[in-house]
Amino acid sequence: MDYQTIIVEEKNAVGYLTFNRPKQLNSFNEIMHQEVSKVIKTWAKDNQIRAVVISAEGRGFCAGQDLNDRVVDPNADAPDLGLSIEKYYNPLIKLITEMPKPVICAVNGVAAGAGANIALACDIVIAAKSASFIQAFCRLGLVPDSGGTWFLPRLVGRAQAMGLAMLGDKILAERAVQLGMIWQVVEDDQLQAEAKKLAEHLAQQPTYGLSLIKKAIHAAADNNLDDQLILERDLQRLAGRSSDYKEGVQAFMQKRTPEYKGC
Amino acid sequence: MLYIKINSPKPGVVLIELNRPEKRNALNNATLQDIATCLQDLETDVAVKAVVITGNTECFAAGADLNELAQLDVVSIQQDQRPLLWKKIDEFSKPLIMAVNGYAFGAGFELALHGDIVLTGENAQFALPEIGLGMLPGAGGTQRLARLVGQQLTMRWAMTGEMISAQTALQHGISSQICPAGLTMQYALELAAKIAKQAPLAIRAIKQSLKSIHEVTLSQGLKLERQHFVWLAATQDRQEGINAFLEKRKPEFRGM
Repeated sequence: MDYQTIIVEEKNAVGYLTFNRPKQLNSFNEIMHQEVSKVIKTWAKDNQIRAVVISAEGRGFCAGQDLNDRVVDPNADAPDLGLSIEKYYNPLIKLITEMPKPVICAVNGVAAGAGANIALACDIVIAAKSASFIQAFCRLGLVPDSGGTWFLPRLVGRAQAMGLAMLGDKILAERAVQLGMIWQVVEDDQLQAEAKKLAEHLAQQPTYGLSLIKKAIHAAADNNLDDQLILERDLQRLAGRSSDYKEGVQAFMQKRTPEYKGC
Repeated sequence: MLYIKINSPKPGVVLIELNRPEKRNALNNATLQDIATCLQDLETDVAVKAVVITGNTECFAAGADLNELAQLDVVSIQQDQRPLLWKKIDEFSKPLIMAVNGYAFGAGFELALHGDIVLTGENAQFALPEIGLGMLPGAGGTQRLARLVGQQLTMRWAMTGEMISAQTALQHGISSQICPAGLTMQYALELAAKIAKQAPLAIRAIKQSLKSIHEVTLSQGLKLERQHFVWLAATQDRQEGINAFLEKRKPEFRGM
């Protein structure tokens, strides 16, 4: 399958989705939205794919919306920016957060606007030392979208979230780790190798169990403790029925390395 | 039974599984007939205390069978047997629990609305899509739903066919619990088992009393409730219930 705006590769149970509009800093246009969502939807259902890596070509990760698609004629009617959010960005964020397998984001360069928030929607975010995050929206009179206002306070707390969203400063990868915004920072030339290592490790793990962990952690953001304890009981019930759990227990008893199938 | 599977996974509890997965459990006449016949049999079976109806983890019932509907003209639709089948389901006097995962559209939604208690999976989606076909819900959809959630939401949902999420359904009293889809049936069965242990005559009185709320005025309803209350005083199970409570033991109800 050929794509115009992304590169897609499947290897060792890992799906690699690479944004490929380097000249436009991998900003999203309609075709890119369609291609990205098509691939993620396919992988969500594909049992052969047990981890996903999202990364990008060139020096940037993703500059969010391609503003060439949104040239504002000062005399024209106000544009409806809600449209592309409803049609593309919101479904994309839900695809990532509801994907029943780990999604790793390897941020190679600047992640700005929706690009930053797409990265933050992923389960494990690693970044190159030279990468940066910018909530650029406020500079144009806009609101952080693609889940930005939801993820940020949950990741870094309200004080830092307000600062990030209202000032729109560039946050370097090291600082992002300190703030708890992302998981890890690595040397620039190590980024792809680290992402691959992480993904291949996760792709061998009990995928179904990981999907339940993901679900529980996302639910925790909204639940009170009582509800979360009930959810944990429910998910543990389901997890206990998986064949990977059986395998895990057997392997432990037999003192061998478990071989997980992801179900 | 061609389109449903029936078994008894717990004492006193019967599970009816809609079993037409290739048609997403669309409720054709034969399926509806199966359900109605089955419930009629269970009605007189004293061993049966509660019934659970479910689909599968992906789908409850995705609507009526459009091929059948398409063949009906105004004359034949007047002689249609479906209203009678729905009536039989409605008249079932024992607790009827619906375990709804995935799609419950049109007739599927209306079947769920026939349940005394509805549990859903978090993947449940209700809708009344009949309007998109130039029709209206024809098995109580406009009536039962409006009585549950009110005119505003029912008008909106019936006029647009919009999807109703499990969360929305819970919020508006269409269901009483959301479960992970893989556990909906288990939890519905556990609930049914809990009800099956109660005094059957009192359970029946509760169902009758509650089902009358849309038929009668409050004062009439209170009278009916009182009659049930008085009548239950003549039952052995009531004596047993009170004795067990006073003697700090578990009651053993016998349906007498």
